[in-house]
Amino acid sequence: MKFVDEFRDPELGRALAGEILSLVEPGRHYKLMEVCGGHTHSIYKYGVDDLLPANVELVHGPGCPVCVIPMGRVDDGIALAHQDGVIFTCFGDMMRVPGSTGTLLDAKAEGADVRMVYSPLDALRIAKQNPDRHVVFFAIGFETTAPSTALTLKRARSEGVKNFSCMCSHVTIVPPLRALLESPDLRLDGFIGPGHVSTVVGARPFEFIPADYGKPVVIAGFEPLDILQAVAMILTQLSEGRCRVENQYKRVVPYGGNLRALEVMSEVFELRPHFEWRGLGFISHSGLKLSEAYADLDAERRFSVPGVRVADPKACQCGEVLKGVIKPWECKVFGTACTPERPIGTCMVSSEGACAAYYNFGRFAREREVV
Amino acid sequence: MSDAAAVSEREQKILGIIATARGKRAKFRDEQITMAHGAGGKATQSLIEGLLVPALGGAALGELGDAGAIQVGDAALALTTDAYVVKPLRFPGGSIGELAVNGTVNDLAVSGARAVALSLSLVLEEGLTAEALRAEVEAIARAARTAGVEVVTGDTKVVERGHADGMYICTAGLGVRDPRSRLSPAFLRPGDRILLSGSIGEHGTAIMLARGEFDLDATIESDTRPLWPAVDALLEAAGPEVHCMRDATRGGVASVLNELARASAVSMIIREAAVPVDPAVAGAAELLGIDPMYVANEGKLVAFVAPDAADAALAALRSVPGGEQASEIGEVRTEPPGMVLVQTSFGGRRVMDQLVGDPLPRIC
Repeated sequence: MKFVDEFRDPELGRALAGEILSLVEPGRHYKLMEVCGGHTHSIYKYGVDDLLPANVELVHGPGCPVCVIPMGRVDDGIALAHQDGVIFTCFGDMMRVPGSTGTLLDAKAEGADVRMVYSPLDALRIAKQNPDRHVVFFAIGFETTAPSTALTLKRARSEGVKNFSCMCSHVTIVPPLRALLESPDLRLDGFIGPGHVSTVVGARPFEFIPADYGKPVVIAGFEPLDILQAVAMILTQLSEGRCRVENQYKRVVPYGGNLRALEVMSEVFELRPHFEWRGLGFISHSGLKLSEAYADLDAERRFSVPGVRVADPKACQCGEVLKGVIKPWECKVFGTACTPERPIGTCMVSSEGACAAYYNFGRFAREREVV
Repeated sequence: MSDAAAVSEREQKILGIIATARGKRAKFRDEQITMAHGAGGKATQSLIEGLLVPALGGAALGELGDAGAIQVGDAALALTTDAYVVKPLRFPGGSIGELAVNGTVNDLAVSGARAVALSLSLVLEEGLTAEALRAEVEAIARAARTAGVEVVTGDTKVVERGHADGMYICTAGLGVRDPRSRLSPAFLRPGDRILLSGSIGEHGTAIMLARGEFDLDATIESDTRPLWPAVDALLEAAGPEVHCMRDATRGGVASVLNELARASAVSMIIREAAVPVDPAVAGAAELLGIDPMYVANEGKLVAFVAPDAADAALAALRSVPGGEQASEIGEVRTEPPGMVLVQTSFGGRRVMDQLVGDPLPRIC
């Protein structure tokens, strides 16, 4: 495929892997976090980590928008889906995320009208096609997807669609990163910055990471060469004793972000005082809700939502795994109470999460040579 | 004991617990059936291994092949059955009627059996137009002629409007097992070459686009076709050196490989670059975030052949019309048992896992 294969060239990949090898200090162990779930997916899909020396470890970050939705929120969604006359729409991967009693897929099997959509606009279209039903869109995701939800709500407003509302579970990327960085036992050396989020928010919001915490950040694209190049750029900063925000994904990410997207977000959303993250607990100002001006399109205000709070089991140590303090198998519930079939924490929910990958593939993926 | 040794001992212990849990036969513990049970991945496996086999299983069913082997006097036979619930009924490259013949004769073919007779059950929905029904009956007749098989018995039922998407079809197929080779997952050997009979992902992608849920324009046709000519050529070229075959339908090539790796406690390594994918399929899969390895085919088989016979077998596959793109995609190894690994086109190595969710229901 043109314009894609160029970024997947195995020879260039080998050359970059060689460069990375030359940047690594023998005996030093590097832990780099890829913040975004999209990066995790690419790393897995192309076997990128297999091309890195064993002492360069990639830690999967909190940026999988599906995995971070807490059980209680899934339970709320299921309760909404079961309401009379409701068509509940969400992205496909959200349907498999377990709440305390089951998934949205289970709710569908029980008779709830749960439908998978690829875009919030599809949900709005379903509303227009079913004027006698009420369509709820379960909005999830970071700043990447929030603008499309915002535009959809604006369109619903301008077209006068009355049978449409949104259960807003959008989250923002900076607060969880700050929460991780605040931790005194953090073991990360640098960050591969989230490319998709940055197309919206720009590179500027990540300046606090080098400024306040002294860690390098390289915002990266999602092709395997992008990721390898970002790793090389972080290692270069570390070897030169620098730390700053660099932009590997300049072909898409402007430093100041997408102003129109930010504008529409600030019109439609406002920050929640706090939002619960699966495995990470409550984080201040980390979630979005609909602003007063859009209250009539807020599913949580139109319906009585139970507002379920299901505490993560105390033994869940996702936070420590994410910070790189412990390995997945060192968590107290790993492999016993928490398995891919019955996940507790965010790291076990997605098949690409650190714990699920370790559970499924054991140490296999880590059998690389140590420099 | 040093701390490091204690730590690694604990890790080994936990890996051991996981290995034991994974090695156990899948249990069926769900409260109800969800679409995931029909997807060909882990949930399907739990349904089959956790409920059906324990309740019904004799030796033939326990093999979990595409067809069951039966011996009646001197006659070495194979029996298979399949239900077809595809939506929409007609799609580029084929229709439900054609699938209902090809899918069943192919289950026999990859079990090393030539189909001789089919049964046909039609479940028709009130309101189905006679024109649509006639078209499918003609498609069935045509496909049966092409496959050289006769429909010898059948049944019709009608259900109320809203209880079937136009029509469902069930076919059963009886085949005569070919004496040139005995096929079984148990015969997989380290070193066996893995052959694929052509490009992958066309059926599933064609169906997905035919549903019109995505505004994507592409000319992708289902690959539905009978596989007996390919099997016949393989057996002629490599005889008993052909150890096992599967048709890569629901869940795609990845699911078939995982199933066999698990059943035979071997490992497999696949070279992604050697797997043929049509550019239009690759493009659609890229846009939709789907791996073509997990997308259904309706006319592609995976064959495991002893290394010495692999070249001859591959040449035989390529000589069959529609098999021009056949390719050797990997080989069977010993470690790590039960796992399929991929050498990606980019150069990295990773595990190709079983399908967990359901990318696309109701494809066959």
